[in-house]
Amino acid sequence: MLGQYLVNGLLTGGLYACLAVGFALVWGVLNVVNMLHGSMVILGAYVCIIGVQQFGVPLYVAAPLACIALFAFGYAVQRGLINRVVAQPILITLTLTFGLDLIVNNLLLYFVGATPRSLITNFGAVDLFGVRAPVVRIGGMLVAITLTLLLYWLLHHSKLGRAIIAVRMDRHAAALMGIRIPQIYALTFGIGALMAGAAGCAMALIYPTAPMMSGVFLGKAFIICVLGGLGSVPGAIVGGLVLGIAEGAGSLAFGPQWATTVGFVLMMAVIILLPSGLAGRKGFE
Amino acid sequence: MILDRTFLLKIAVGLALFALAAFSAFSLDNYQLQVGTSLAMLAVLCYAWNLVGGYMGYPSLATITFFGIGAYTDGIVQNLDQAIGVAWLAAAIAGAAIALLLGAALLRLKGHYFAIGTIATLEVAREIANNWDALTGGAIGLNIPIQMGSPEFVGRFFFLVMLALAVAAFLVTVVVDRTRFGFGLRCIRQNEQAASMVGIDVVRYKVAAFVLSGALSAAAGGVYASMVAYIEPKDAFNLVKTIEIPVMVMLGGMGTIFGPLIGSAFYVVLNEFVWANFINWHSGILGLIIVGVIYFLPGGVLGTRWPSAKGRMPMRARAAQPRTTA
Repeated sequence: MLGQYLVNGLLTGGLYACLAVGFALVWGVLNVVNMLHGSMVILGAYVCIIGVQQFGVPLYVAAPLACIALFAFGYAVQRGLINRVVAQPILITLTLTFGLDLIVNNLLLYFVGATPRSLITNFGAVDLFGVRAPVVRIGGMLVAITLTLLLYWLLHHSKLGRAIIAVRMDRHAAALMGIRIPQIYALTFGIGALMAGAAGCAMALIYPTAPMMSGVFLGKAFIICVLGGLGSVPGAIVGGLVLGIAEGAGSLAFGPQWATTVGFVLMMAVIILLPSGLAGRKGFE
Repeated sequence: MILDRTFLLKIAVGLALFALAAFSAFSLDNYQLQVGTSLAMLAVLCYAWNLVGGYMGYPSLATITFFGIGAYTDGIVQNLDQAIGVAWLAAAIAGAAIALLLGAALLRLKGHYFAIGTIATLEVAREIANNWDALTGGAIGLNIPIQMGSPEFVGRFFFLVMLALAVAAFLVTVVVDRTRFGFGLRCIRQNEQAASMVGIDVVRYKVAAFVLSGALSAAAGGVYASMVAYIEPKDAFNLVKTIEIPVMVMLGGMGTIFGPLIGSAFYVVLNEFVWANFINWHSGILGLIIVGVIYFLPGGVLGTRWPSAKGRMPMRARAAQPRTTA
């Protein structure tokens, strides 16, 4: 029983890491709490679902297409809208992205409806020592973790990645080094949206998703980001796994209806006691 | 308190508006009374937020947490066969007490962390209300004894009570605006470290503002719960509402004594219009309004320099806007 909860926690945790990493990146680099993140996850899920179910595109084509579409969406939103107010106090950027979230969510509700949909897949399950793990969830988690690690590699070993990190460290110094800040902001937001889209595709394989669930995903992203420490990719992985396991342990100890509460209480505790997060470094608060 | 003639005039105008609203209560129909009551309620919440978000510059998203706590306290106390006034008082006290506890912890955070921490209070409170069946009735909700009397009487009664609460919130803001306390809060908004260095007891000021804000929000929640006679977690602890409140204040003008009133009035009128005409697009249009306010009225109605009578728009209007430091 305990083992099953632990495995479930790890499987969910991998997805959570992918869900939160885009949010963490945007928060860390742009200093924007992106309230639109949950809706971008849903948007990614629905591009994938509609591609597969309505147009008969195979999944391995539809999912990357969804990611590309989300990247374009994120880039355009940042370039056209958020860049104009990005230096304003956080209340402004937070409410702006919240307003955008309401618009996107309303459009989604109108065009795809409120009924939860998912991609029905059945690849069987693996049994190991009495612990059951559905193949699709293992696959989803592996893809999510791979993408997250890929992003980490990109940030540390490519010109773009170095530029993003430079902007995060010191925006003004980076500008003096010839980095075009608005461009980097837009690309970062695009990458954040891409990761949200990828998480959405993985979610669509595992859970039924509906536009109304965007708040749930956003809440998870908050928690993971705070748990892992602001803006760091490894932090998102740590935070995701910790949250997955904490929710598993919480539902074992108090019953499944308290799982979400356990996450938020954990987050409140970390935010107050360890403002740089479990894996974070000082100075990145 | 520093009171010059302009400010006294402003207070008089404000009180006259409220008095006019109170007298009109006897000629309004039930629909108008309902809109008026929700306007008064939102005005209270906006004034409550304005103390923390406007004067002090802390982007709090906990207004609805206290509102919900007030609503549930009222429901629970009324179900213990207590008088309605006792329940409202209990709601305000509960709001203040929880604001004191939360404030002591959360007000050490700044910027994003404070904003997210305050959102978390809302999520935790909602989950607790959802799951603590014995106290809150869980997801089924809580029934509260209905006020006796004809619909007209009850409607008028709650309108006047909510209006009285709005007057109280207005007067609190007036006092805060013109006393040492408000001056201290404005110093904290501009530079907290400097404020502390010139001898302002930063921690006490911040907690005091948070408690005041929590008590006002919770009182509004208590009256609301008695009025609707049924509350559920999703309704009492609503995330959209908690972000709407700062938007309303932004719409009116942050850190001013009329901003919350103007903002909530504009918002209620817009909202009624949108609900009546575009029900399927309600949240999308709300989003457009939010985005529009941020781009076109970043200082609110009061902070924007409107074109003068000669039709010229001062180019430097934007530079003069009040800013919160986060």
